[in-house]
Amino acid sequence: MDIELKDTPGQLLLALQPISEMGGNIQSVVHCHDKRTPRGTVPIHVVFEVAKEGLMEIIRRIKANGVIVARVDERRLHEQTFVMLIGHIVHTDISETIDAVDSTGHSEIVDLTLSMPDVKRVSSAFMVIAADSEDSLALALNVLRATAEDKGLLVIEPIKDDAIWM
Amino acid sequence: MNEIEELSGLSFRISIIGFGAVGQGLAKVLLSKRETLQRMGIDIRVVAIADSVSLLKGSEGIDLEKALQAKEVSGRVGEEIDTGDGAREVLESVEHDLMVEATPTDIRSGEPALTHILRALASGKHVVTSNKGPFIHNHATLIETARKNDLMLRYEATVGGAMPIINLIQENLAGNTIERIEGVLNGTCNYILTRMADERLDYQHALLEAQELGIAEADPSYDVMGIDSASKLVILANTAYENDATFDDVKITGITEITPEALELAEKNGYTIRLIGEATRDRLVVAPKLVSKRHPLAIRGTLNIATIHTDLSKTITVSGAGAGSIETASAILSDIIHIYKRHEIKKGGGD
Repeated sequence: MDIELKDTPGQLLLALQPISEMGGNIQSVVHCHDKRTPRGTVPIHVVFEVAKEGLMEIIRRIKANGVIVARVDERRLHEQTFVMLIGHIVHTDISETIDAVDSTGHSEIVDLTLSMPDVKRVSSAFMVIAADSEDSLALALNVLRATAEDKGLLVIEPIKDDAIWM
Repeated sequence: MNEIEELSGLSFRISIIGFGAVGQGLAKVLLSKRETLQRMGIDIRVVAIADSVSLLKGSEGIDLEKALQAKEVSGRVGEEIDTGDGAREVLESVEHDLMVEATPTDIRSGEPALTHILRALASGKHVVTSNKGPFIHNHATLIETARKNDLMLRYEATVGGAMPIINLIQENLAGNTIERIEGVLNGTCNYILTRMADERLDYQHALLEAQELGIAEADPSYDVMGIDSASKLVILANTAYENDATFDDVKITGITEITPEALELAEKNGYTIRLIGEATRDRLVVAPKLVSKRHPLAIRGTLNIATIHTDLSKTITVSGAGAGSIETASAILSDIIHIYKRHEIKKGGGD
């Protein structure tokens, strides 16, 4: 969210308080002191996490505090992981497998690469799953694991905290 | 005077039960390190060797060269024994300080090693072993028996051959809380996966190659089904968490369903597939996992590697040769020397 503050003390608090009041989790605040908008205000970039229902109320309260809300970028699915499947992925109805994850409502398969050698041999899939929270991601993985087990597919997951080596 | 000089002149008598690859490896290492050990003031004498059919005794110290020769020529190390229980006879008739248990692993019953170790501890012998079997179902009993008898039981060689991890957890990382251990614990699987990825070989082909090179057994199921990895994981977990987990607590998936296409697809995304054992306090899993190609766990060939996540030391990673008779014997020798030092200090009443 991009907001604009008057260059007087106490302004930042007016902008951030509504976020925490609504149970939001502030992840980053970039305060561009050396920049000015044509209106003479200081541009601020705030990144926060909050339940979908809380967002409109936060914006209303920030505005009510006299702060200009210039832009709101909503990233719904910001948790991601990836898994591989090995087995008869296509013959066991891949769209149903994808639907099972999507139907949780809070996660989606956002990328899928398939390798299908020939009809008799098993296929592999590399899929990226995105979700709106860690919990939703864990739920999506559980759904995928169960679906894969039903269909006799092998699920290969990444090791934990792989990211630190990237 | 330092501790080593103080110990000079004392002789430490050991028995070797099981004279296969590991037992013979130990004999070779003791021969090749004779001078090094002498310089350290350590006098280790092998006073009994038993294999499955025969027994060799020598209270003044067995000529290990001759013992190795006899084994090679006749398949037996000494005189045939009627009872078929050389270990028992050694314990009953040969005075010694430490038993090296190096019989083949039976992961179902842990026998005969389990009985050997418990009897040795009951009759006042320290024990060093490379045998996983006894620890998979009876870890707590073994540790408790050693403690009760005021004896040492060391088992570095059971996991990862030369890779130091048991003693790393117990000694170097003492005081740390171990949060998670994950590792590549089976060199055969890792070799097969490395070859499949490098050359686009299918599983069967890579397995045949491994068998030809002597990396995989004629019956490879113990390795490729993840059983060996799971056994080692149980030992690591029980060591780290002082649990009494058993083999049945591990959720196991092997590598037999991995395809070259899957490895290629993983590679395109910057990953490879490794058979990973993962232990936390309440969860034990062996399964193929996606590992970033830049991650240390994406180790190649027959090497083993393990990463220990702790609260104080953070992340510690060790790797090394996971198998091989000399490598395994190196871990046994290190355990023997450790016990020797403690034993002599205790005997001398020094500090």
